[in-house]
Amino acid sequence: MSVSVLIPSALRAFVDRKSEIEAEGATVGEALAHVAAQYPDLKHQIYEDDAKLRGFVNVFVDGTNIKKLNGLETPVAAGATVMIVPAIAGGY
Amino acid sequence: MLKLTGKIEAEIRKAGAEAYPNECCGILFGSEADGGHIVKALKPIDNARESTEQYHRFLITAEDMMQAELEARKLGLEIVGFYHSHPDHPAQPSDYDRDHALPFYSYIILRVAQGRPELMTSWQLRLSREAFDSEELEIEP
Repeated sequence: MSVSVLIPSALRAFVDRKSEIEAEGATVGEALAHVAAQYPDLKHQIYEDDAKLRGFVNVFVDGTNIKKLNGLETPVAAGATVMIVPAIAGGY
Repeated sequence: MLKLTGKIEAEIRKAGAEAYPNECCGILFGSEADGGHIVKALKPIDNARESTEQYHRFLITAEDMMQAELEARKLGLEIVGFYHSHPDHPAQPSDYDRDHALPFYSYIILRVAQGRPELMTSWQLRLSREAFDSEELEIEP
């Protein structure tokens, strides 16, 4: 199952400056793992050591946050768009 | 270096004044240039932190970020950073800012004192995440 994974600007340095990567997988987790296997530096940025996504990483499938679906187990259809989106906060 | 026009600078200052005593926040659309960033447009964002915390905190929701990413791509631009204000507080990144920042992005901080916009600074987080480095702001006419 081929899907498009959109990479936010802050993470493009770890994927040869690409903004979009084709990946294979039946679930969001498999598609992200496929990308991470191709780009180990990206893997370090988005995963904790135990293969959980880091806290700042949000993932959307065709516009819906996977937190509202089935997380990394969310199935993806051929041609789906998987988007990695960083959480942004700050203040003093 | 972060380049922006005087018009964009004025928009950020206005947003900071209007949000006072709370923090304003928004997204910088632009591109990479000469090892730095050039800002081409702003996307103001409603501070999503609970109202009792907005005087010293801002939050851009994942949904707002997702929409902004799509908008930037449509414009042929990318998200190069963010701006927010520090009401009655120095224009210096805090430990909280550092804990929630990412390398690559430019982080503009505007000090707003008693409702008046004052010093504007820009910062980039080191890859080690240990500290921010000050980034030169170049305001073009």
